[in-house]
Formats: sequence, structure tokens, C-alpha cells
Amino acid sequence: MGLLSSSVSITRYKVEGKFEEPVIEAVTRGLKKNILHEIDKDESEKASGWTSFNNPFKPDFNGSSFLIGNHFVFSLRIDKKSIPSKIIQKYYSLEIEKKLVESNREFLSRNEKKLIKEHVINVLSLRIPATPNIYDIVWNYEEKYLWFFSNLKKANEELETLFSKSFKLTLIRLFPYTMADLTCSLSDDDRDILLKISPAQFTR
Amino acid sequence: MLDISVAYNRYKFLGDEFLTWLWFSMEKDRGRLIIPDEEPLSIEIGNRIVLENRINETVEIITIKGDDAGLEEAILSLKKGALVTELNLIYKTGNQEWKFNLKGESLSFSGLKHPDTGVVESGDEVEGLVIEKIFLYEKVSNITDALFKIFIDIRLKNEWNTYFKPAINKWIQSGFKS
Repeated sequence: MGLLSSSVSITRYKVEGKFEEPVIEAVTRGLKKNILHEIDKDESEKASGWTSFNNPFKPDFNGSSFLIGNHFVFSLRIDKKSIPSKIIQKYYSLEIEKKLVESNREFLSRNEKKLIKEHVINVLSLRIPATPNIYDIVWNYEEKYLWFFSNLKKANEELETLFSKSFKLTLIRLFPYTMADLTCSLSDDDRDILLKISPAQFTR
Repeated sequence: MLDISVAYNRYKFLGDEFLTWLWFSMEKDRGRLIIPDEEPLSIEIGNRIVLENRINETVEIITIKGDDAGLEEAILSLKKGALVTELNLIYKTGNQEWKFNLKGESLSFSGLKHPDTGVVESGDEVEGLVIEKIFLYEKVSNITDALFKIFIDIRLKNEWNTYFKPAINKWIQSGFKS
């Protein structure tokens, strides 16, 4: 459900901090630093990184291609290989059998079995392509807000970590408390009251 | 500012109270829902309401779905002490209409649908569509922020205890009639 979908989910953030160098160059550098690297041809089971909004399967951040109007528009891509457990079980059993014949033994140690399982997963990871999940991002640097087009907890956590690593800026998720504290122009007295309030009982 | 994860859990109730107050205000107190630089606000309950009642360790969740769904169970649930935890809203201005779900604990949007946009016929037009969509999402984002600000201004004042809590209780006990 990306930015262009007919129905979207949005988690909103406030961005704290600012760049001390030309903004577009700083954003380009941050995006390139953590660009998504394909894992189809290696043993990694998971990868995450930035990708282009327009071309998420061939990221390219040259020429400020992520700048649309006053916004930076790009995407977070999380690739994950999901190997069905029954496939792992099949190749694991075959490998165990092979090892037993080769070593002329009746049993394998727990450690040997563990190593065989890891080997099977690594071999299968090379053969199974990763499933890409793409989450669009709209970042208004001037207004210090960012929209992430997903409400999934893990995707939001991945965004928060990668954003901080890439840009050295802090994302503060907007939810009732942070909205009250950061967007409602509260006085110091109001902030004190906010810290003390407790749930209302309308009917009890 | 409090630690974010602590604050998220500690203040979940604030979003639920906001949605409950918003429903009450749409029914009984529209005069409060005035947003500067906006035409008279046209916002209505859509086709989904979720209520949650926490009694001791147990949680009772009531979901009401459908365009003409009866509200009897919602009334009963509110009478027992539930709060609204999710609301489908319809916002209209001119002949444009937005539909979206707001969840109390996070105030994040889901199922957000905006008015029709121009049709894109070539790749070059995607940028224009993105700008148009951002503008349309901004409308809902700004309206939600403005409504939440009205609520917070009330919630942190004595008026919350002296007027709103009794008025909301009366509205619930009357079965949304008074």
C-alpha cells in the first residue's frame, strides 16, 4: 500500500535536528550510505535499505531524483528470504542420511546436526530469491515532518533505526502524547498538567 | 519529554478519550469543532467503530461495522465504561470526500482514501500525481491535528471535569439522545 495506492496507511513522524551542509547533498549521501543491496546471490536471509520511489528495483539517487516539489520522496525496502520449513526439513533429512552413510555411523552429535541445518539453510538461501517489501516515505525537511506509508510495527522500527544511521537525525513517532507535547503549542503549565493526567471515567 | 516507549503505553488512553470525545462532539457539540481557515467542518462517523472495555484483567472489544449498523451495542458498551479505540471517519469539503480510520493509541491513519485525482498517462506525470496526493493527505493530517489540538486544549482545563465528563456521561446514559 504505497503512496500511489487507492487506500493507504500512514504513520507520522516529527524530524528533530538539521543538517549543517547543503541539505540535498546531505540527503543524497545518507540515502547512498544505506542503499538497498540485493541478497539474491548471497547467503543473507534479510536486507533493508533505501531505494528509489520511482524505480524500487534499481535504486539510483543521483541528480536529486528523490526531490518532488518541496518533499523528499523515496522508499524503504526490506527484503527477506522465507524458506518454507518443510523444504528445510526435506534437505536436512537428506543431508543427515548422506552424512551417516559417509561416516558409517548410526547417530550424529547435536552439534553436527546443528551445523548441517545451518549449511542447508545457507545453500537454500542462495537458491531462493528474497521477497521485497517496499514502504514509501515522504519527508518535508522544511516543515520537519515525515510520513511513512505503513503502520506495521517492524517496518516502522526498521525505518527509525535506518533513518538515524543514515542521516544522524531523530525521528519522533507522533502518537497521542508526542502530538500533545510537540504539536499543540502547550504552555509550561499545560505540560505539567499533561504529565499528571490519568484516564477519565465517563460512566463509572 | 518522557521516554517514547513509556509515553506510548502511558498515554494510550488519551487517544481513546479523543475519539470518544470526537464522537460526542460530532453529535452534540459541533460548535466546538471549528478550525481556523476552514469552511464549517463536515466530518462524520463512517462505517466502523471499535470500542474497548478494560475491566480488571479482562478486555472486551466490540466492533460495529456496516453503513447502517445499529448502535445499541455501542451504547451498552459505553455505559459499561468502554472507550472508542478506532473510528472510521468521513471528511467532506465541497464535493470532495476523504475516508479514513483513526486508531486511538497511535492516531495513525489506515484505509485512507482521498478524492479522485487526475489520471496519469505517462511516466512524466507521476511527479504531478505525487504532489497532488501529498496535498490531499495533508488535508486529513491537518484536520486531525486541529481536532486533536481542540481536544487537548479542553482536556487540560478544568472544563474537562466540570462540563465535558458529565455531558459525555449524560449523552451515553441517554442512549445518544441528550
